[in-house]
Amino acid sequence: MVKLTINGKEVQVPKDTTVLVAARSAGITIPTLCYHPRLKPNGGCRLCVVEVKNIPRLVSSCTTPVSEGMEVQTETARLKEVRATIMKLLLSDHPVECINCRATDDCALHELTMFLEVHENEFTGERRKYDTRDGNPFIERNMEKCILCGRCVSVCEEVQGVGAIDFAYRGFKSKVCPPFEKDLDCEFCGQCVQVCPTGALLGKMWDRGLRLGQEKKAVDTVCTYCGTGCNITLNVQGQNITKVTASERHWNEGWLCVKGRFGYSFVTSPERLTEPLIRKGKELVEVSWEEALDYTAERLKATKEKHGEDTIAGLASARCTNEENYLFQKFMRGAVGTNNVDHCARL
Amino acid sequence: MASLATIFGSGAMTNSIRGIKHMEVIFIIGSNTKESHPVIANQMIKAHSKGAKIIIADPRKVPLVRFADQHLRLKPGTDVALINAMAHVIVKEGLHNSEFMEDRTQGFEAWKSSLDEFTPEFAEKLTGVPAADIAQAARAYAGSSKAGIFYTMGITQHTHGVDNVSCLANLALLTGNIGREYTGINPLRGQNNVQGACDVGGLPNVYPGYQKVGDPNMRRKFETAWDCVLSEKPGLTATEMMEKASGGRIKSMYILGENPVLSDPNMKHTIDALKNLDFLVVQDIFMTETAALADVVLPATSFAEKFGTFTNTERRVQLVRRALTPPGHAKPDLTIIQEMSGRMGLPMDYASAEDVFNEIASVWPAIEGINYKRLEKKGLQWPCPTRDHPGTEYLFKDGFPVGKAAFTAVEFKPPAEITDDEYPFILTTGRNLFQYHTGSMTRRVPEIEAVAGKAYIEIHEMDAKKLGLKDGDTVNVASRRGNIDIRAMITDRVNPGVVFVPMHYAEAAANMLTNNALDPVCKTPELKVCAVRIVT
Repeated sequence: MVKLTINGKEVQVPKDTTVLVAARSAGITIPTLCYHPRLKPNGGCRLCVVEVKNIPRLVSSCTTPVSEGMEVQTETARLKEVRATIMKLLLSDHPVECINCRATDDCALHELTMFLEVHENEFTGERRKYDTRDGNPFIERNMEKCILCGRCVSVCEEVQGVGAIDFAYRGFKSKVCPPFEKDLDCEFCGQCVQVCPTGALLGKMWDRGLRLGQEKKAVDTVCTYCGTGCNITLNVQGQNITKVTASERHWNEGWLCVKGRFGYSFVTSPERLTEPLIRKGKELVEVSWEEALDYTAERLKATKEKHGEDTIAGLASARCTNEENYLFQKFMRGAVGTNNVDHCARL
Repeated sequence: MASLATIFGSGAMTNSIRGIKHMEVIFIIGSNTKESHPVIANQMIKAHSKGAKIIIADPRKVPLVRFADQHLRLKPGTDVALINAMAHVIVKEGLHNSEFMEDRTQGFEAWKSSLDEFTPEFAEKLTGVPAADIAQAARAYAGSSKAGIFYTMGITQHTHGVDNVSCLANLALLTGNIGREYTGINPLRGQNNVQGACDVGGLPNVYPGYQKVGDPNMRRKFETAWDCVLSEKPGLTATEMMEKASGGRIKSMYILGENPVLSDPNMKHTIDALKNLDFLVVQDIFMTETAALADVVLPATSFAEKFGTFTNTERRVQLVRRALTPPGHAKPDLTIIQEMSGRMGLPMDYASAEDVFNEIASVWPAIEGINYKRLEKKGLQWPCPTRDHPGTEYLFKDGFPVGKAAFTAVEFKPPAEITDDEYPFILTTGRNLFQYHTGSMTRRVPEIEAVAGKAYIEIHEMDAKKLGLKDGDTVNVASRRGNIDIRAMITDRVNPGVVFVPMHYAEAAANMLTNNALDPVCKTPELKVCAVRIVT
């Protein structure tokens, strides 16, 4: 363990901890933009700078490991000024049109502007102008809003192992893009969207069907696709799913795949079955629940009486819940009277 | 699962997803993890970046191969030869874990002789994998005490799937890479709740919690719990049901949220079987290819419209919460089943999914400690027998339920159908990243259709050249059971002589071609190997 003081408070943390993590573990807030707890720190945004006794320059707390006896200050007037300047520089090249931005309620840049009380900006000048068109159907890339924090680049390489994007050019012209600035062509897992601190990366299908005056909810649940069982949050408004997000609190750490993150619109597809149907002649026709259930029970009972219960078989479902499957097998064994119940575990 | 249950006394993924990143050796066989279980693959990539060795045995150059130290590119259906040869090397070079074997296994001496013929050189002939590579993989796996095995349907969907799993279990028993953190035999389950559907008794031979139908004590237990009379005869598996339906011995079927027309082998046979029924009722959220054949279709609810639990591949029971109301007159499956059961003479009266869950916990001791209140905070991995039990991250810490686990001698058997002059290509099937299973959900997502909306057959450049094919050409692919027209994708993902078709596309259904030959023990069909010909 290493002992140090942060803002005069004594803190003890394991060796190799960074100053930022040490401070956060002691309940001390240091603003950050490019830092993400699940990614390697790159010290790019400089917002997390702190003062360390006997080091004349400011150091970025996300990349500086603690050392024995270190004395750290995180809240001095000098730091406040430096952070405000960094924010102003970032904002000077960011379209501050938050009213038209779909990330307004989920934007670290906006939050930090408020937190650091940056209300006026003396820096003005040329702004980057980018064509935002991208042919892919999943991820909207508004690169004018990009603050070049590099989280998307890191997550794509470190977590997803794809490396579909990287920094290109230098200085004012720096940008994050796929090779040769082509359209994004990747696994579309959307990990980059998840970690983007601004509105630079968004789901293209988000907020479809947004209505006025309908209640917004965020419901934690489990993805319905493969057996991994990722935790997801369905963001809904009225009867629409506006987007799927994933919380970093859960075991899957906020990571999802293309199906889990972007493949949700089937739920509200107009092709959903909404009425019970019975085949009359060649056609399946709409009937009441009463009729459908009575008819089904009657037919199953008739089969049972005429041919015996073991001529009836049921398929439970790897798609349905435990509770539904339990009741279904209980129904087949108890009500129909057969153990002919299986599901597609083998398929 | 049948094999794991016989060998160890419990058939499920032994270890946990979160432990993967701490493994030193990851042996993946018959699993395209990056496309079928992408978030699990992320854990493997994390392990790789920390220095773990990844060994992939797969006929195809699956995307995770990019991170692999070794890619053992075996011929489809030759897994037994490959795995036995690895065991052969481990035993011959004395790399086995004698202490573990002494304490926790039996039958080593008898089994050992069954390996004699499986020299790496012998295996090379059958698998096409160089003998030296097999030996190297064996040494890597045996050389670590944090080595895990991962597999999916590439191992099980064979006429000798149980044999394949037994061979993998032998490897774990030989090296002691089981019963500890960061090890284990880890079948990755393909569907959101396939683990749960098995757990709660969606199987013909066991009641909820794998309590055997054939055991009179268990039958009495459930007769008491459910207040009804139960049949002592174990039921039919899904594949057998189709056989019997086609033979006229199954008359009526009730299908809940499944699409066998597309998911079962030999599609024509499945359709004929379902058409041959007197009565078919399908309960689903879409008019699937199966529902279209039904006499009654009942509109059910999607995962977003109901409460309940799913159990993921690592035995983690997690809460599913309702976010939307069901569309139109669709009803929750729980309500439908209860209404039907009452009409069939077994009244059910559950106020909520939670009520049902509590009943499951009362008949299956391994989840007695789980309730919705605990799940509100986070999912719990079974076994979790008491309210203060934290759940079980990995199985068999204190021994196997069977006591000493036995080594299983396995001989090599070729697939049920092998190539010949008439059908010269081996067809193997699987999933791709974007689509899911029979596509009833993903094919209704326009964004997914935009990038992966067309069926394709993967074919090697050399074969394409022989056939005079260009990328994108339409070919006719035929097996003894049916044929499809499909777009050719020329790629080095497959070896010459092997072709791959994803299972998702009804208009060019892989299962039109596949073989409905079954594993004799667990009745899994051989979806991963059949013989086809390609006509341009």
